[in-house]
Amino acid sequence: MQAAQDMLNTQAAEAGAREFLTFTLGNEEYGIDILKVQEIRGYDAVTKIANAPDFIKGVINLRGVIVPIVDMRIKFNLGNVEYNQFTVVIILNVAQRIVGIVVDGVSDVITMTQEQIRPAPEFGSTMDTQYLMGLGTLDNRMIILTDIEKLMTSADMQLMDEALA
Amino acid sequence: MTIDISQFHQIFFEEAAEHLAAMESLLLAVDVSQPDPDDLNAIFRAAHSIKGGAGTFGFSDITQVTHVLESLLDRIRKNEIAITQEMIDAFLQAGDVLKSLVEGHQFGSVADDDQVAAVTRQLEQLSEHSGAAAAESESWLDVVCARSADLQQPERLHTLLENLRSLGHADLLDDRSPDTLHLRIAATVAPETVKEMLGFFTDENSVRITPPEAAVNQAPAEDAYGFFTDIPAPAPEASAGEDEGFGFFVDEAALRANQEEADGFGFFVSPETLRQQQEDAQGFGFFTAPEELRAQQESAQGYGLFVEPTPSAAEPATPMIATRGPTAKVDKPAAKTEAAKPANVESSSIRVGIEKVDQLINLVGELVITQAMLAQTAADYDPVQFERLLNGLALLERNTRDLQESVMSIRMMPMSFVFSRFPRVVRDLASKLGKQIELKTVGESTELDKSLIEKITDPLTHLVRNSLDHGIEMPAERLAKGKSAKGTLTLSASHQGGNIVIEVADDGQGLNRERILAKARERGLPVHDNMPDQEVWQLIFAPGFSTAAQITDVSGRGVGMDVVKKNIEGMGGRVDLYSVAGHGSKVTIRLPLTLAILDGMSVALGEETFIVPLTYIMESLQPPREDIKTVAGQGRVVHVRGEYLPLVALHQVLNLQPKYTDPHDGIVIIVEADGEKAALFVDELVGQHQVVIKSLESNYRKVPGIAAATIMGDGRVALILDVAALVRMSKHH
Repeated sequence: MQAAQDMLNTQAAEAGAREFLTFTLGNEEYGIDILKVQEIRGYDAVTKIANAPDFIKGVINLRGVIVPIVDMRIKFNLGNVEYNQFTVVIILNVAQRIVGIVVDGVSDVITMTQEQIRPAPEFGSTMDTQYLMGLGTLDNRMIILTDIEKLMTSADMQLMDEALA
Repeated sequence: MTIDISQFHQIFFEEAAEHLAAMESLLLAVDVSQPDPDDLNAIFRAAHSIKGGAGTFGFSDITQVTHVLESLLDRIRKNEIAITQEMIDAFLQAGDVLKSLVEGHQFGSVADDDQVAAVTRQLEQLSEHSGAAAAESESWLDVVCARSADLQQPERLHTLLENLRSLGHADLLDDRSPDTLHLRIAATVAPETVKEMLGFFTDENSVRITPPEAAVNQAPAEDAYGFFTDIPAPAPEASAGEDEGFGFFVDEAALRANQEEADGFGFFVSPETLRQQQEDAQGFGFFTAPEELRAQQESAQGYGLFVEPTPSAAEPATPMIATRGPTAKVDKPAAKTEAAKPANVESSSIRVGIEKVDQLINLVGELVITQAMLAQTAADYDPVQFERLLNGLALLERNTRDLQESVMSIRMMPMSFVFSRFPRVVRDLASKLGKQIELKTVGESTELDKSLIEKITDPLTHLVRNSLDHGIEMPAERLAKGKSAKGTLTLSASHQGGNIVIEVADDGQGLNRERILAKARERGLPVHDNMPDQEVWQLIFAPGFSTAAQITDVSGRGVGMDVVKKNIEGMGGRVDLYSVAGHGSKVTIRLPLTLAILDGMSVALGEETFIVPLTYIMESLQPPREDIKTVAGQGRVVHVRGEYLPLVALHQVLNLQPKYTDPHDGIVIIVEADGEKAALFVDELVGQHQVVIKSLESNYRKVPGIAAATIMGDGRVALILDVAALVRMSKHH
């Protein structure tokens, strides 16, 4: 199973293709490296953290591990900020840390080849271009490919101690 | 099949380190005038095990040093030479050299070759200087002589041996034959002298002395028949020996050797083969005897499986019971080796990676949470209808607690692991400083979490060095003050409530209040002459603070005490200092028992639950309105039994929406942190729990006022308050 997966990955890599998980924030569609995604789950009760910025919703108990939850909709001022049974949390595994992000919805997993990825323009997205890997096109959809690791570890997100960020 | 031997290297390194530590502590405990044979044996075994391991893995540099060390030790424990202070010093140095060699192999660091050579040379010199016989087997004179009527008497035989031993080392190899005696004498003794000596007891002409080279080839021929075979009737020692359970051993040499074998490695043939076998048996637990010495296999652990001595190495050894001896005789030595076994601690412990234990602790932590979750759910059930379910859950709760306790105890280690390094530190430092110091340790068996044990060592070492350098005076000065020349340093550990308290106390000169204050002024710290002592002492924890008149290489650079304080506070502990001028000072370290679990009070604030560590809580109360006053129109204080305590409103510090804003409606918890009291105002108390501490920083960052997080019975996360930080933070609000 693992071997088969590895083989697929290598094949994909050889073809210069990568897999991305896409999610929506408002009207925009974002893609992140699938290998950074640990799991997708619903939104649970969070424990608020004192004096944290409003987009850090708090921490949850993920099978015994304390995981902070960031609401990307608040961070980037997109979408409708409401929490119900359809609210989705993507649990990411970035830089040896586990972080959850709240998004509007998860669309699907796509494979993109290098040719499909265009460099990002200087503006045009709510995200700072330094966190963008490029813009992908798929069936007339524009997908904003994000370097999620760089974004989550940035000082912007305030998820890490200064020394680490 | 090839085995990658390097996978065992780590085990060797760990074991070698343990052996070295054991050796060092034993060496320090040796009383030169009256060495305990058990200790000497233990030191020898430690050195020997290192040699065996190093030999197996091909670390020849370690083998070389241990070999020299071991030969000297071997002779000491056989009472051939007397142990001297000089030797102990040399052994300690050898221990250091070995440590650096082991670390050299382990971490790739480079050991100091000159030092290695110097220590080896010193040990060799000690070995030579001590005069007596060299211990190597090739330097024995093999002596065979006729057994005169005189020597048929055991008393006379004994006298002969006594006389021979006054010349040098001598052993009786074989006295089974009624006609001849087979002896060996250290080659340092002139053959003429031996002949002369024997002349008093037997016909001088019958004495045949074989020079060393030949002896090796010749002597074992008779030895190989061993002590399992028939015993000649007229052997009074043998019957005496039987009473003591040494049924197989006849002659004195063997009896003595048997005592040496107290560690239970079975039986042996002759002192000559013994050495070789012991080496093998102790080093590896099993062995094949070198061919020259015959395949004399033994059950190394003494399980009573005896193997017949075979005259040829090529012939496979066959298990047997003692050839002619009654079975009862077999049992006795077996029982003896069995009894000696508990001394061999290794057989009753296993080596487990710390990450496995941590994983186990985590899993048990999860189990505790799950159990609490079930208990909470079941609380709503009708106890009559669900009696069996509830009984089961009660049982589960008990079992989980027991399991948790046992698992937590795996990580607990006695304080002796830390204390055991101090005799050496104190000894070295005392001689360097020219002071006389006696070290007392109290409560070594007090247990502490392993991670804390590791972290406490450095701060403690620093405190001990400080006490020795600054605290305890020079002998002359002490005598002038009417104290005994020898200063006392006491290290103690004890449990007090949920804490472990470690104290470093000395009977030296104490802290100098004036000097500290002067120094503090010099450094521009805010001080005044009427400061209470306790606050003055705290000044020495300020970074870069040193009152030492001159900087020594022991201490006095002023980088220490602030680091000590920081490290200990990092472990959730605190440091207090007590000092009486002229009588000494005492540093008290309070540490939580473990880092993983904490006793806490859960408090509610708005919709959130927080945990206040119980160690901070003094009491909680609902203050009457008139007891809450404002200072300068903003800061609020609570009047509690004559004291005005600053009121810290948790909702203000943490920016949360509380249920109550009037302290009279909620509850205030009187907390004490950093020697300061404060009143923490929360909505209500929920209950007392044992909580598993979860790091908030592993996936998030440090949050001011929050120490860590935990998971409550309902699966939700609750934050553990950092009370000391909260009190500090409230001052800035």
